[in-house]
Amino acid sequence: MRDEGAAGPGTPGESPAQSVESVFREERGRLLASLVRRFGDLDLAEEVTSEAIEAALVQWPVEGVPARPGGWLLTTARRRAVDRLRRDQAYAARLAILQVEADRAEPAPPADADGDLPDERLQMFFTCAHPALAAEDRGALTLRCLAGLATPEVARAFLVPPATMAQRIVRAKRKIREARIPFRVPGADELPERLPGVLQVIYSIFTEGYAASSGPRLQRLDLAEEAIRLARILRRLLPAEREVAGLLGLMLLVHARRDARTGPDGEIVLLDAQDRGRWDRAMIEEGRGLVVAALTGGPAGPYGVQAAIAALHDEAADLASTDWPQVVALYDVLLALTPSPVVALNRAVATAMRDGPEAGLALLDELAGEPQLRGHHPYPAARGDLLRRLGRLPEAAVAYREALGLAGTEPERAHLRAKLSALKVHPRESRKMPRKSASEGQR
Amino acid sequence: MKYMLLINAGAIDDNGGASECTVEDWTAYDKEMRDAGIYVSGESLADLVTATTVRVGQDGRRTVTDGPFAETREVLGGFYVIDVPNLDVALDWAARNPGARGSGSVVVRPVADFGA
Repeated sequence: MRDEGAAGPGTPGESPAQSVESVFREERGRLLASLVRRFGDLDLAEEVTSEAIEAALVQWPVEGVPARPGGWLLTTARRRAVDRLRRDQAYAARLAILQVEADRAEPAPPADADGDLPDERLQMFFTCAHPALAAEDRGALTLRCLAGLATPEVARAFLVPPATMAQRIVRAKRKIREARIPFRVPGADELPERLPGVLQVIYSIFTEGYAASSGPRLQRLDLAEEAIRLARILRRLLPAEREVAGLLGLMLLVHARRDARTGPDGEIVLLDAQDRGRWDRAMIEEGRGLVVAALTGGPAGPYGVQAAIAALHDEAADLASTDWPQVVALYDVLLALTPSPVVALNRAVATAMRDGPEAGLALLDELAGEPQLRGHHPYPAARGDLLRRLGRLPEAAVAYREALGLAGTEPERAHLRAKLSALKVHPRESRKMPRKSASEGQR
Repeated sequence: MKYMLLINAGAIDDNGGASECTVEDWTAYDKEMRDAGIYVSGESLADLVTATTVRVGQDGRRTVTDGPFAETREVLGGFYVIDVPNLDVALDWAARNPGARGSGSVVVRPVADFGA
């Protein structure tokens, strides 16, 4: 079995069957992709993949692991698929047409060096992230088909009832089948248009896991780690794509701070108050290497630039010694690449660190009318921070209260309540010693 | 596999045509489709003011009414049926359709297959 790093098998509390199952997760994605390519049908591929893995769970402990485990699984699964098609001739006829077209489209890639199965997962990435699928279904499908999660696990990850998630997955698979969304890697000319969609799906899995938009827990580490695992697979499949390096780098550089981001009671700890000794140095180093890969050899993309910003934070000994001029300069680049009020908000907060709260507040107030920032709690929270630093405490309290009404997770609300009560209890102290805060979307 | 491209006209100019494209655009597109061998059928529809709606009630009586009239900005102005291998190819043809430009849009719908 290959190990993609992260989320290792055999977590305590799992039954032996479950832990063997998780060893197979990596293999499941490869197998599924190969079978979809051969039979052109996701449902059939999923069924026979599960059957082959079940057969392995029964046979391998007794007969030993075969020399080419991937090949064994693929042969077993193909045999099951052929059996099934013999029993259902109409189904077979329909798939035969699909198959002829798929074969005409592209030849199967050869097996890669580290595995005994050709890695055909790239086309699965593009199908699962296809723009013709509902945005909310793309992440779920990617987790199921490429991360090898079962539907109830995907449901838990997204905090929806298993039945709801099952319906969403059925709906997405039905669209793939009936509208005939192809299993294919877009050509070089289409790649610039389609790759951002795949990256967006992976990043949304990461952010969903990282700052759950609702519910009591601030971090759901499993999802963030799944996203990193998926990005590692994609990086191996598309080693020349700098934005893939940028995305993986960005996620590693943010995830490196995971242990410092929450306190003992699950409370939020922002960048300015984090114990930087608890940051994952190895992960930061890996992320920095990816930033270099992402920013050399051509124009920078948005993930590469965001990764570079995250790297500047990770490299700084503390908030004050952060290279704020460089952070602001990178936000300027990001704003040019992806103009958005949220990026402008982050740029304003970084500017406040470089030039002082007055300058930052002026920039924030320019954004007051932006519809995208209405209901976005970091905006009033950032205003509150700057107003507090300027000693305008009653206005800061109003801003914090507004943010409190908009924040989605309990740890975020608790954090804002703490800021609000700090204003009331120590108004003089906070005026004398304005504590800097950078809540600029950096976790 | 057959797909229908439903062409929704956005802004209509004074001559009743979509304002973002010319007759020549449509002629060229039509020819491209035929040359590619994917064209099955296609029509452009007369102005919506000429439309008439028919309903048949439970008692079997028909009701004929003038209209419908555009309640949204987009009005079905025509369609093509094409035969292509998959959705990606259908989406490419939809993107090249002159009706997809500007305020117009093209909806791609697979034609149901009750055969196999």
